[in-house]
Amino acid sequence: MTTALPAFIVVERLNKWHGATHVLRNVSLTVNAHERVVVCGPSGSGKSTLLRCLNGLDAMQSGRVVIDGTELDQTVHGGARRDVGMVFQSFNLFPHMTVLDNCTLAPIWVRKMAKPAAEALALTHLARVHLSAHARKYPSALSGGEQQRVAIARALCMAPKVMLFDEPTSALDPEMVKEVLDIIMGLAQTGMTMLCVTHEMGFARRAADRIVFMDRGEIVEQGTPGQMFDSPRTERLKAFLQNVYVPPTP
Amino acid sequence: MAIEAPQGASAHELAAAPTSERDAPRRYFREKVWLTWAVLVVLLCGACYELHLDFTYVAQKLPFLLGVRLSPDGFIQGAVLTVFVTGVSMVFALGVALLTALGRLSKNPLAFAVATFYASLFRGTPLMVQVLIIYLALPQIGIVLGALSSGLIALSLNYGAYLAETIRSGIMAVPAGQREAAMALGLPRWVIAWKVTGPQALRLIIPPAGALFVSMLKDSSLVSLMGLWELNFLAQSYARSTYRYMEMLISAALIYWLLSIVFELIQFRLERRFGRGVAALGRP
Repeated sequence: MTTALPAFIVVERLNKWHGATHVLRNVSLTVNAHERVVVCGPSGSGKSTLLRCLNGLDAMQSGRVVIDGTELDQTVHGGARRDVGMVFQSFNLFPHMTVLDNCTLAPIWVRKMAKPAAEALALTHLARVHLSAHARKYPSALSGGEQQRVAIARALCMAPKVMLFDEPTSALDPEMVKEVLDIIMGLAQTGMTMLCVTHEMGFARRAADRIVFMDRGEIVEQGTPGQMFDSPRTERLKAFLQNVYVPPTP
Repeated sequence: MAIEAPQGASAHELAAAPTSERDAPRRYFREKVWLTWAVLVVLLCGACYELHLDFTYVAQKLPFLLGVRLSPDGFIQGAVLTVFVTGVSMVFALGVALLTALGRLSKNPLAFAVATFYASLFRGTPLMVQVLIIYLALPQIGIVLGALSSGLIALSLNYGAYLAETIRSGIMAVPAGQREAAMALGLPRWVIAWKVTGPQALRLIIPPAGALFVSMLKDSSLVSLMGLWELNFLAQSYARSTYRYMEMLISAALIYWLLSIVFELIQFRLERRFGRGVAALGRP
């Protein structure tokens, strides 16, 4: 990787409430281009909400989000969204469309691509996630792991500058987790900027440049995987790791 | 870059293996359904035969009932008028219902209030009363409508109110994640409605909407209150003038039923069209 990377995502003093609950407390975070950041923390810590604020799916009450120099407007998100790909825990494929149509919908309607060009593009991304053979099938005919790989291909078809993964393997059967993580890992190796919320600590350790630990709506600690897993500084991170992380045997 | 992923057969391919054993109860399902229908139809015909109907009289009046001849004042009549009234009212009811459903889902208090007021008023009063008020009471405040327009308006407004609830529930039943995924792809709102949420809502709306339209076909007979010669009106007046009540009522019932079957077939095709991609589509 090159040095002196520009800040690609800047989050400044982000605050969000769900009713009386303060979900995000003064969260500030900078992600550089080509950086792979894993966000972890106990459930209800605000990880997913943070991710959803980055492309405007959730509205924030105060603070700023800047992506690639463009400040996220609270009302009009179309422009910023098309450059931010998102993969959801529950896949959210469009069930009434074939795999191929799922992938070409946004390129055709947002990027104004011609249908044949969009289909060619979709097929290259489907090949990348090893699903070329399933292009004409409907999502209901695929396994969970295959559906999530389609969701990744669908996001990639928009040529996003950053990818957000919101617990991409949490809804999968254990035997399908690896095939999805391998795809994300491969994507990481291409230099894609990405933020991933996950409970897969082994994956976090291998794939992340930096790990951000959140608890009760704030960023408690962040650092390289080595720092975070081997010498956690805060009690809260130590307690969290004791629950979720089994260190690799020497 | 090398991405490795297991290339195993998908769940679908495994499930596609021949499973004749498990499918045994489903075998010849379609044939058995047709056979049962045929037996029931024969039984029904037998019952009608026992009534000793005068079929020459039925044959003589059938062209009028069907509406292949125009009425003495040169207007469409019989089944043709019934289909016309139902068809036009369906189109207007759909438009009114869509607007009302959007109003009920709107955050604008005015739109919400107007939509709920309208739906409550027209669902809470009998259709026959609405028909008569529109035809007889509106002229007193200066709005004079013909019999046909009054009937169309009453049917459209009444069924629009019911259909609005059907459409609203269909839209609300589409999972929020569908909208979010579409938004995350940067799709504009109208494309999301047209391509993502709309078709999925339609799949849920079509069966209850089809039932409403079949019901509307028969309620269209209420326009006869204002002197329109639709199917039910003709059948009753012929019956009254010749005392051939059973002949005319059974003929009218049969024509209504055949028209309903056409509606059901259309509904079935639409269900199949919008049910694509949904496993276990309520069809054996």
